[in-house]
Amino acid sequence: MTLLSVEDLTVRFPSRFGELTAVEGVSLSIGPGEIHGLVGESGAGKSTIGAAVIGLLPHPGYVAEGRLRLGETDLRALSPRAAHRLRGDRISMIFQDPQTSLDPLMTVEEQLIETMQAHSDISRRAARERAVDLLEEIGIRDAESRISSYPHQFSGGMRQRVVIALALCTDPELIIADEPTTALDVAVQSQVLALIRRLADERGIGFLLITHDIGVIAQVADRVTVLRGGKVMESGATRQVLGQPAHDYTRDLMDSVPPIDRRLERFRVPGEGGGGARHAQDDRPAAQARRWLTAEGETEPVGLSLDEVTVRFAGARRGLWTREAPFVALDGVSLSVRPGSVLGLVGESGSGKSTLAKVITGLVSPASGQMSLGGEALPAAKARPRGHAARRLIQMIFQDPFSSLNARHDVGRILGEPLWLYGLEPDAKRRRALSAAMLDLVGLPADAIDKYPHQFSGGQRQRIAIARALLARPRFLICDEPTSALDVSIQAQVLNLLKDLQSLFGLTVLFISHDLAVVRQLADEVAVMQSGKLVEAGPTDQIFERPRADYTRDLLRLTPVMPAEWRAA
Amino acid sequence: MAWFLIKRLAQSVLVMVAVAFLAFSLFRFVGDPVSQMTGVETSVEDRERLREELGLNDPFALQFLRFTGDLLQGDFGYSYRTRQPVGEMILDRLPATIELGVVALLISLVVGIPAGIYTALRPKGVTSQSVLLLTLVGVSIPTFVIGIMLIFTFGVWLNWLPTFGRGGTVEIGWWESSLLRPEGWRFLILPALTLGVYQLTLTMRLVRAEMMEVMRSDHIRFATARGVPWRRLHFRHALPNTMIPVITIIGLQFGGVIAFSIVTESVFQWPGMGLLFLESIRFVDIPVMSVYLVVIAFFFVVVNLAVDLLYVAIDPRLRVREAA
Repeated sequence: MTLLSVEDLTVRFPSRFGELTAVEGVSLSIGPGEIHGLVGESGAGKSTIGAAVIGLLPHPGYVAEGRLRLGETDLRALSPRAAHRLRGDRISMIFQDPQTSLDPLMTVEEQLIETMQAHSDISRRAARERAVDLLEEIGIRDAESRISSYPHQFSGGMRQRVVIALALCTDPELIIADEPTTALDVAVQSQVLALIRRLADERGIGFLLITHDIGVIAQVADRVTVLRGGKVMESGATRQVLGQPAHDYTRDLMDSVPPIDRRLERFRVPGEGGGGARHAQDDRPAAQARRWLTAEGETEPVGLSLDEVTVRFAGARRGLWTREAPFVALDGVSLSVRPGSVLGLVGESGSGKSTLAKVITGLVSPASGQMSLGGEALPAAKARPRGHAARRLIQMIFQDPFSSLNARHDVGRILGEPLWLYGLEPDAKRRRALSAAMLDLVGLPADAIDKYPHQFSGGQRQRIAIARALLARPRFLICDEPTSALDVSIQAQVLNLLKDLQSLFGLTVLFISHDLAVVRQLADEVAVMQSGKLVEAGPTDQIFERPRADYTRDLLRLTPVMPAEWRAA
Repeated sequence: MAWFLIKRLAQSVLVMVAVAFLAFSLFRFVGDPVSQMTGVETSVEDRERLREELGLNDPFALQFLRFTGDLLQGDFGYSYRTRQPVGEMILDRLPATIELGVVALLISLVVGIPAGIYTALRPKGVTSQSVLLLTLVGVSIPTFVIGIMLIFTFGVWLNWLPTFGRGGTVEIGWWESSLLRPEGWRFLILPALTLGVYQLTLTMRLVRAEMMEVMRSDHIRFATARGVPWRRLHFRHALPNTMIPVITIIGLQFGGVIAFSIVTESVFQWPGMGLLFLESIRFVDIPVMSVYLVVIAFFFVVVNLAVDLLYVAIDPRLRVREAA
């Protein structure tokens, strides 16, 4: 029996430059109780398919061809009124970000009751009772009193449960889950995935699970469809498709996914150059950049060490004289990064990873503790003068390549900035030549120098950010989730580039990530943090093979990955 | 919450002291009050005596303290022009200006908010487009031109409404109100329209822009995906989220309406505080001008305080945070 059947679906977006085909000839079907994974990189048309099914394509997109059937109902033939009645009643949807998908001004109770009352003749009281039962079932303790809270009074994971409850409260046949766990930490993610699996098994709800995360698909999906550029590349049982991919694209995709159980020397990246640093023949500009970076004796790797660093943030004010207890972001953290090595720093959100980066760069002032860089004391925050050498030696690469480059400056100006700021190159012409050489080194074309950040893709922007960091001639690089906003294939290229540059110039790197698999590929040593404390630190292989702390074991166990035996089969 | 209120009140007091200081400086340093009060025949001894009686020989700080002390006790001094107590003069004119401002504000809200919602929900409609075009005209024409056009149309040409002054008022205690008799409304409606038109266009465009923004947000998409009825979606979900930024601007604007009703009042010879201020400028009546400044500042402070409290009422995130 088929619950949802999509046949030859084509979705087009008219624009000034002609029609753009976002989805082309896609067919798939979902049975009751089945979780169907839809996987692909950004722009593959995953979300568009979900939106087409529920009838909420963003303007001006429209379904050009194909059939969409839910049970016996032809979804394309519905009047707008009937389609709106069907939404929530028979098809529900779960969105990615639980922070923004609930109305902040309305209690959870009110939102649940209105949804139920929109689709059935149920009294407020009966609706409320059902809502409480549902929240209990979904794992919100003390639902009877919690239900009258506002969304902001729930934590991220709890909020996503509320979102799921809202999608469930009308007993839909099909739920479209668009990246339902992407914004969540691994522990919460695994609970939410288990909940989705349970709902499919116990209630027979069909799920269309849209995600970019192969691990998530491997963990819960029964069947999977791989998309690229709006077309189906491959489709079938999850184990079959992921374990023995038949299509080249699926194979490339699987190759780009960093494995958590072993370390690859390099990612195999299809296409030119593997995405790493340009191998420099002497006539290339890249060679000039390399010479500039390695010249003038600054090649000695430097180490960094932190001793009992504690950071407190003042608590919210409670009354005239009282404050909440200060929030301890870092609690006596001591750790050291060996000269020329990569230290991976992992932990869930709120564990203090980014605060640590800010303390090292001098953006946050610690309450106590000592730091040293290359054997010399490193003054904290305000005690570190503008002209202090460490301001240049320590450079940072940020998570979001869209907001970390000034949109109003062209690339030449962005890259020239560290050169004049740190007084490395007084001559404007030479600055420009060096910037161009550095662009070549990180694998961008020469004409990039006159363009603006918005003309580049996410991966290219991250390369620009890396070039900017290198132009300060740093010895210590902090990468704060540098690839978590990127697609896996792009991530593989950027990671290859970082690896190359690190070994080429003997950089010392602090690599912050919530993604254990990525850290495994890059780090020589790993430090694990939990709520401001250092839980465990040691060589990468030891942490991954023989973790000592329970917390590390949990993190490793809960990270969704494809079982290794699938690959062997 | 209590702390929030205390902080706001403290800030308000600070603002009031600063304005009182400015007003006082204006009062003391623009010219010699004694020579404006007395004629050429007054002897030097008499002037000196007057100076001593008025306390003008005391140090500046002491004079300022006395000025604020008097203000706090409700003693606003005397007008140079009319020799009346300034407090009474202002109080006399206050109801006219407040009624004018409030009616103008109501007009702008009652028309502006629904029009904003309508044009946000049907951005492509012919009605929306024409309304938007019309508001563009409304924003571009200066207030006094609108006033004169209204006077010409309804007063001179159609001869329906009186074109100047204030009539048909009813006294409730010291408050003279135009709102209780139809005759009063006939006088009020043209100036209120004139004052309200600019507000109206601004409110409408703001509501429209915010509403369109909110309609694109995730929680509205989620509510749509749950099949929440359209009416409820627009008015229970989108509208309250729209109003948070809108309230700030409306609040600021209301202070402005009270303060800058001067132009409208002079076009319509409306006997409000603005007109009083204009007359005072002509006669260099410094006591009236400085008290007017203080009173207007007081309005701004009160309106802003009210806006802050409204926020708390609308947005649960600003109420006491409980641990999740």
